[in-house]
This record gives sequence, C-alpha cells and structure tokens, in this order.
Amino acid sequence: MNHGFFERNSLVLLIGILIVVAIGGAVEIAPLFWVNSTIEKVDGMRPYTPLELAGRDIYIREGCYVCHSQMIRSLRDEVERYGHYSLAAESMYDHPFQWGSERTGPDLARVGGKYSDQWQLAHLNDPRAVVPESVMPPYAFMAKKPLDYHDIDAIMRANRMAGVPYTDADIANAVADLKAQADPNADGVDAFKKRYPKADARDFDDNPNEITEADALIAYLQMLGTLVDFKTYHADAGGNRR
Amino acid sequence: MTAAANTSPAPWRADLFILPLIVALGALAALIEAARSPDPAMVIQAWTFLACMIAIGAFYLKTYGGGIPLEEREGYANNVVKAGVIASMFWGIAGMLVGLIIALQLSFPNLFYFPDWAWTNFGRMRPLHTSAVIFAFGGNVLIATSFYVVQRTSRARLFGGSLPWFVFWGYNTFIVLAGTGYLLGVTEGREYAEPEWYADLWLTVVWVGYLLTFLGTIIKRKEPHIYVANWFYLAFIATIAMLHIVNNLSIPVSPLETKSVSLFSGVQDALTQWWYGHNAVGFFLTAGFLGIMYYFIPKRAERPVYSYRLSIVHFWTLIFIYIWAGPHHLLYTALPDWAQTLGMTFSVILWMPSWGGMINGLMTLSGAWDKLRTDPVIRMLVVSVAFYGMSTFEGPVMSVRTVNALSHYTNWTIGHVHSGALGWVGYVSFGALYCLVPWLWKKKALFSNALVEWHFWISTLGIVLYITSMWVAGIMQGLMWRAYNDFGFLEYSFVETVVAMHPYYIIRALGGLMYLTGVLIMAYNLWRTVKDAPAEAAVPANLVAAEAV
Repeated sequence: MNHGFFERNSLVLLIGILIVVAIGGAVEIAPLFWVNSTIEKVDGMRPYTPLELAGRDIYIREGCYVCHSQMIRSLRDEVERYGHYSLAAESMYDHPFQWGSERTGPDLARVGGKYSDQWQLAHLNDPRAVVPESVMPPYAFMAKKPLDYHDIDAIMRANRMAGVPYTDADIANAVADLKAQADPNADGVDAFKKRYPKADARDFDDNPNEITEADALIAYLQMLGTLVDFKTYHADAGGNRR
Repeated sequence: MTAAANTSPAPWRADLFILPLIVALGALAALIEAARSPDPAMVIQAWTFLACMIAIGAFYLKTYGGGIPLEEREGYANNVVKAGVIASMFWGIAGMLVGLIIALQLSFPNLFYFPDWAWTNFGRMRPLHTSAVIFAFGGNVLIATSFYVVQRTSRARLFGGSLPWFVFWGYNTFIVLAGTGYLLGVTEGREYAEPEWYADLWLTVVWVGYLLTFLGTIIKRKEPHIYVANWFYLAFIATIAMLHIVNNLSIPVSPLETKSVSLFSGVQDALTQWWYGHNAVGFFLTAGFLGIMYYFIPKRAERPVYSYRLSIVHFWTLIFIYIWAGPHHLLYTALPDWAQTLGMTFSVILWMPSWGGMINGLMTLSGAWDKLRTDPVIRMLVVSVAFYGMSTFEGPVMSVRTVNALSHYTNWTIGHVHSGALGWVGYVSFGALYCLVPWLWKKKALFSNALVEWHFWISTLGIVLYITSMWVAGIMQGLMWRAYNDFGFLEYSFVETVVAMHPYYIIRALGGLMYLTGVLIMAYNLWRTVKDAPAEAAVPANLVAAEAV
C-alpha cells in the first residue's frame, strides 16, 4: 500500500498508530493476568495488617522506593547479600508494587527482622548516628508525629476492591487491630493475632503513650520478606518453573 | 491579550462556552474538596487547584471579555506558543535547580537535609525533579513546538479557538498540582507516574483537548500531505493518552482523599508500570522530540530531510518496537522469563529504528555541514541528535541480560538517562527555543550568538562530567556488589559502596551545576532577544494575511 494513504488521511494515520502501539503491551502484559504460573503457589502470604498497611503508605509517601529496591534478583551475590530471591507471590498484595529501580541504599525486600526496633528507630531519627557513611535523609519527625489512621478502613476497602482478600471482619476491626498491634497489652491482641497469623504485636517505637508514624513504618519494615515459608517452597516444582 | 480596541463583537462560539464551563466545574469541585475533605493534603491541593481555575477564568475574561481578540481572527496562533516558550524556560530552570539540590543532598547529606522538614527530603524532591524536567519543561516544549509546527506544516491556524489556551493553562495547572503534591507527600508511588487520581483525571481532560487541537488542525490543513514531524507528534499524543490511562487505573480511597490504591498489584503492576515508564521515554521523550528534530533541523539548515523512505520505515518500526521494551527494566526479577526475553529482544532490535532516526537527522545536514562552524544553534541541534544516537546504542546494550545484571540498580542507569535527557532532549529543546524566540517575536536574530557558544560549551562540559562520573560510579558499584574475596565471601558491605560513590556524586553535582549555568545564560540571552534585539524588517500586512490563508 502506498504510504501516501496515511499521509493524506489523518484519522487513518491515527488509527494506524493506535493499532501499532497497542500490540506490544497486549502481548506482554495481558497474559500475566491469566497464565497461572505467573505467581507461584506459596504458603504464608497474608494481606498487610492495618498498621503495616499504614506504614507502607508512609513508605510510599516519603518516596523510599526511589532509593531502595524491594526485589532481590536471582543472582548469586544478591541472594547471599539479601536472602532468597524475591518471588512474584511476595508482592501479590502490593498495590502498587514497590520493586524499585535504584539502590542508592540497600534492597529492603527481606529487611524484616534483620535489625532491632531500636536500631530502626535510631536509624530513622538520624541515619548517620548509626551508619556514619549513610546518605539517607533523616526522618526524625516520624517518631513525634501521631499516626493518622482516620481512613484506614477505607484504604482496606479500596484494597479489597482491587483484589486483596480482606474479610468484612478485617475491615470492621481495622482500627482496633491497628491499636492492638502497636500495644501488646491491649485487649484485642488475641483477636488481632487470629486474623493475622504470625504478625508481631509490640510497641515498635518505644513510646507507649501514642501510636506514631514510626510505629507504623517500623511494623512494616519488620515484616518485609518474612511471610513466605521457604521450607515448603520448592523452586523446581512444576508450577514454580517459569 | 489585546486591548478592547482590537476586538470585534463575538459570534457565539462553542469553545467559549464549553471550556469556561469545565473551568467552573473544576473550581466547584475544588471548593467542595476544600470544604469537606478530612485530608489536609487534599485541602491544600484543592485550594491550589482553585487558584489555578480562578487564574484561567481571569485569563478568559481578560482575553474574550470584550469580544474576539484580533490575534485570533487572522494568521497563526502565536501567543500561545510564546506562552509555551516562557513556561518551558521557567520550568526548565526550576526543574534543573531541584536536580542540583538533590545531587548535593547525596554528596553532602549533613548540609542539605533538614530533619524536621519532610518536604525537603530526597524521596519527595526526586519526583519533583523528574516531573519538572520531563513533564513541565519537556511537556511545555512539546506543546509549544507542536502548536508552532503543525500550523506551518498544515498552513492552517490552530483548531478550536481558545482550546489551545485551555490546553496550555490546563497542562500547567496539572504540573502545579503534581509538583506541590509531591512536596506534601501525595504520590501513587510509581516512578514518572506519581500524580494522584484527581490530577490524572484533570490531565486526561487536558490531553483530550490537546489531541483535539492537534488533530483538528491537521484535518483542516491546506497541504495535501501530513508532514513527517506531525506523524511523530501525533504518535506521541495518542500513545501517551493510552499509557497514561492504563497505568493510572486506580481506586480512590474516597472522593475526598488524595490517596488511591492501584488496580493492579505486584508483578502485573510492575510490568504495566515499566510498559508505561519505558514508553514515557519512547513517546514523550523520543517520538515527540523527533517531531522537533524533523521540523527544526531542516528549517535551520535550510536543507530537505535526508530520506523520505527512511522516515517512513523508522517511524513505523520505532513506534511498533518501543512498546515491547518495558521488561528490560525487570530482568532477573520475579517477572516470568518469557516476558523478560521478549523485552530484551525487542530492546536490542530497537537500536535499528533509533539509528534510522539519527541518520535521517544528521544527514539532513548534507551540503550544509559548514553551518556547524558558524551557527551554534544548528550545532546544538546536531549534537542533540548525536547524543540521541549514543543513548539509543547504550540502551540496547544495557538491555542485554548479562550487562543488565551489572548495570541494573546502579548509577549507570542514572548516567544513561541523563545522556539522553541532557544531551538529546535538552539540546534539541534548546535548539528549537533558540530558533523560536526570534521567529515568534519578529527579531532579525538572537541577541548574542556568543552567549549561545558559552551555553553550548559550558553545558557540553557539564554533560561530559555528569555521564562519565555516573558511568564510573555505576560500573564500580555493580562490580563491588558482586565482588568476592579469596575465601568465597562477599568482599564489600553495602555501605562501602556508598562511600565509594562520594567523589562521583560531587563530580555529578558539578556537571549539573554547569548545565544549569548554561540554561541561565540561555534564559538571559532569550530575554534580551525579546527586549533589545533589532526587529525583523516589517512585512507588508497583505503578505502576513496571505500566509495564514
């Protein structure tokens, strides 16, 4: 066909462009939604607790993802430095994903449990007090700022609409669960632990008087990469070879 | 814009009804948000948006209150292009200044961080920098140049009456909303697509207006053929619309909250984001700016485009192949292997159409190479195409799995991006702006060619410092991360690699400072051109009118 046809008909040119640019995305992205092996079958994944979810929103708000990745690649040195390479299943409840693209600071995919709460708090307050060579910004305001969780149930509802399996009880008890996780002596801790198996409930920021942003962020950091039970995960199993 | 004396009684015009209505509805929505929202960030965003809507309303009143202004009744629409040129320079300086500040933060964290001011931290300023240079500077350059080019190459005035003005003001409103949002911590947390749902919705409205203006102008053209520059502009506008809508699909937590939850999660979200992210490079920063190349280089060199056939081949292959390249951002990650391999393969193939464009741009200089010596503006345009060729070779190399294993997550990526951004996007924009200002303000020439020389050499040296320091830093970082000692243990702790970056971060900041200095020189030169350069010989009025018919 003569190219002049496109050059003389603006709508034909526009439609031609739209068809040509639609193909690549359709072929690459669409199958990810129905090919079963895209996300591995693993034990242990659960939705974020309300406090962790609030912490994750602080992580997003502060733009942590511009310097920290949460995606350990399947390369020997990365696995030795950070732990088992990241599975697709581990971010299946991440709306949005936070894999990152840059490591100005280290990967955080499995930072959970590697440092104490006290270390995390001191590090947030003044990174250079604990790591003198660090170039990370200080986040001293977080330990002073009460956590704003007025919309935590609405955030969970929006996540449920996007596919995260929160139950009605999870959402109805969002605020109670959030408070319970930050205070190990609260009444609701048992109910909370039933809803979120293996979640840690404790005073993350060493300040029992109020729930601060530091509580939420540290709760989130301390669970990163800890959910999947790697004893029952076999990389060679049929469905996991991708 | 013009005094009442220059206006005539206005016939009823749809655009003067619909567009102010959209602005009024926007203002109303902002008022409701400001009054009702429990989210303090939303309240600030709402007042900001309301102020923008009032400003646009005031503009409409001033411009159209006394009838249709003279400028709108004959000839080409030039004022909106002039406004775009001014906005480009403003955002360029602002965006690059923020870039310099965040480069200094990484170099001297004790001096440039403030523990109690969350909004000054790197995590919030970095999206401000990227959005300001890509979408505010780049976007205004694209809107201004596309409006200029499509009129000349179609021999038709911009379609839509006041629609181009709505696009200009609406787009800059989006920029203000997005930028102030980042500082408040309002973000979707996806690189280069950070603005939240309401800003995305507003941009969608504006972008439909942009497509209508551009397409409408092409449809009423008086030239039989659509010029090649317009193919690229059209591909840019249409594809960005598709990318923007799909990648920003999200569920607002409430109509009164800033926050939204992205519709996709994890691996699907990652690929959707990088499908978007890489094609923001491919269509915003490449196709759009190739449109600039295809008009301004032939025009300035006074030579025809080198090869018509090459234009056709490289246009269709470029837009087809670019879309596939996203997965190269996700090599060795949890993305399924088949998608990684497809992304890598198409990224390597992409080298060819990219160089097709480079060859077409460079070879247009055939028979006019001597102008490189005498005209610093054409030199800037040509060097931009050379940088384009360099980055589009480096990109495919970095997309190869084994190279990416080393380069990913390192400063090499930052260097690569900036060789494209500073060298290609920056220089082709500067070249176009240096052409446009004398043309639009009817001046014989720029105020000073010597200042253009200064700009060129200072910023070129700045780019060299920037990209070489980031190459060294990135490759060193990658090698240190994977280094093993004699006992089979990892040789370096992570923080040792941070320490190793320090001198290169300083060199990078110096490179950025030089680049910014060049742009400040440019701003001064353009301002003096508008203010003091001798005017073009007056063209008889009947010729001006004839040009527009």
